[in-house]
Amino acid sequence: MTIGTLIVRNLRRHLLRVTMTALGIATVILAFNLIVTTVRAWYAGVEAAVPNRLITRHAASLSIHLPLAYRDRIAGLDGVTGITYANWFGGVYRDAKGFFPQFAVEPASFLDLHAELSVREDERQAFLSDRRGCLIGRRLATLYGWKVGDVIALKGTLYPGDWEFVVRGIYQGATSTTDETWMLLRWDYMNERRQLIDPDRAGTVGWYVVRLADPVRAGTLSAAIDAEFANSMAETRTETEQAFQMGFVAMSGAIISALKVLAIALNGITLLVLANTLVMAVRERTKELAVLRTLGFRPSHLAALVTGEALLIAGLGSLLGIALTIPANALYAEMVGAKLGNFFQHMNLYPSTVLLSASVTLGIAVCASAIPIGAVLRRHVAYDLRHVG
Amino acid sequence: MNQPAIEFRRVTKSYFRGNQEVPILRDFNLSIPAGRFLAVMGPSGSGKTTILNLVAGLDRPTSGTIHAAGVTVSQQRESELARWRARHIGFVFQFYNLIPVLTAAENVELPLLLSTLAKRERTTHVQAALGLVGLSDRLHHYPRQLSGGQEQRVGIARAIVSDPTILLADEPTGNLDRSAAEAVMALLTRLHLELKKTILMVTHDPRAADYAQEILHFDKGTVS
Repeated sequence: MTIGTLIVRNLRRHLLRVTMTALGIATVILAFNLIVTTVRAWYAGVEAAVPNRLITRHAASLSIHLPLAYRDRIAGLDGVTGITYANWFGGVYRDAKGFFPQFAVEPASFLDLHAELSVREDERQAFLSDRRGCLIGRRLATLYGWKVGDVIALKGTLYPGDWEFVVRGIYQGATSTTDETWMLLRWDYMNERRQLIDPDRAGTVGWYVVRLADPVRAGTLSAAIDAEFANSMAETRTETEQAFQMGFVAMSGAIISALKVLAIALNGITLLVLANTLVMAVRERTKELAVLRTLGFRPSHLAALVTGEALLIAGLGSLLGIALTIPANALYAEMVGAKLGNFFQHMNLYPSTVLLSASVTLGIAVCASAIPIGAVLRRHVAYDLRHVG
Repeated sequence: MNQPAIEFRRVTKSYFRGNQEVPILRDFNLSIPAGRFLAVMGPSGSGKTTILNLVAGLDRPTSGTIHAAGVTVSQQRESELARWRARHIGFVFQFYNLIPVLTAAENVELPLLLSTLAKRERTTHVQAALGLVGLSDRLHHYPRQLSGGQEQRVGIARAIVSDPTILLADEPTGNLDRSAAEAVMALLTRLHLELKKTILMVTHDPRAADYAQEILHFDKGTVS
């Protein structure tokens, strides 16, 4: 026999209570994991950002465009190894629900700078040679059942009218965080029609993507680009791609903060539930714990008994919670994907999320055991030996 | 001259009920030589159990000093006392106080978990102790599967398994019928005679006290 044997036997005294507590913890773990998965999905764009890319946009707003003429001036700056540009197209497929990100891009340079968009060479060439062509992400193709050669009809919102694009290729993300819901169409085709319907904005771009030779110089080069266009009609704001993506996340800051608070509150519930179970268990064993002290058990032994019990209950709850999270997350991802697939395409349950929830719970178990341990050690052994309970 | 196994020197012990001081022991002196079997008798509330608690270091005297098994108990820190208790003190309780989720063998093994003995050695000690109290065939029985007398014998086996210097028994027959009580007292006598244990027993039962070498009558904090 070991002290561990005693811990396990103690757990079995009130199986129903221990099971209910473990189930409570499992539920909290499940909810915690789903919340963390949601928050991480929000940050997927930030995680996918490449460190050697800068985004240059209009200093006032992303909705105000920049002259195409800036391209060569930026490209000429020291430390710039590549540049491309893009416009938000903003079309809808069938109706307003048929929304997904569409970018009008300069195809060769855009694909050159976005190496994470993996596309077959023949499809790449087909896209480069067809002004009405487009590239779509794998998830988008799956969502709408599109394949190479299909024609996608969009209704323009920013650029009114009916637009048709031929799918020339389907790209795959090189990493798990690469967005596979984009539709890339050609800027020159869009600009050509824009000259007719909105001549004032013809020849402008929404933003530039700048590739750096050295990511360490991101700050210096951002400042150099913005200085280049200071006091001009269209001043720029340049930041890393990560900071640019964070700007979009920040728009949902209140919701994300609320989710984080909820996750912390859930752990607070675990602490209280577990502490309550332990306090009850220790109170029932007041006399036994006093007897152990008469046998020579030290305070550290009693602390080990209580903490061991807390860790076992929390461990059981964690295992159960993780086991429940795997199918629940799949269901959740499917449900969210059906409604918000273009916003939350990475509802992945990462091992680090599971590890985080389990570690937090075990940490909480140690904290929860401090309450009954404190009570036990403050008690008077001689009184406790007379305890009737 | 040999040092006594237990010695109380001018020990006073009081409890407080609210602001009111309730004296339990007053200038109490006691010396028990090693290997002695002493019974303490007295009415309820006379301070008998307090003596046991003070010897084991489970309670502190208000004043005075207590020596037991080579240390000044009243001056030890709690962690030192715990180690000392594990080595030198065996406790037998009126209500046995076995851990209900452990078998007889596991209950007896509990004090040995604090020692450096290997599993096999612990098993040998446990079997010897349970053999000594006549329960070799009840090793894997849980307390609920034992009679009161058997439970008390397991309690005695647990108290002696680590071969302590002093056995403290608090009403060891108080919850037993006559025949079980006689068996328990015969066992304690045997431990005293054969293993030379110093035994300090508190009891209400004059027949149990008769097994001791010496009887101390205690009332209102003093020996009468």
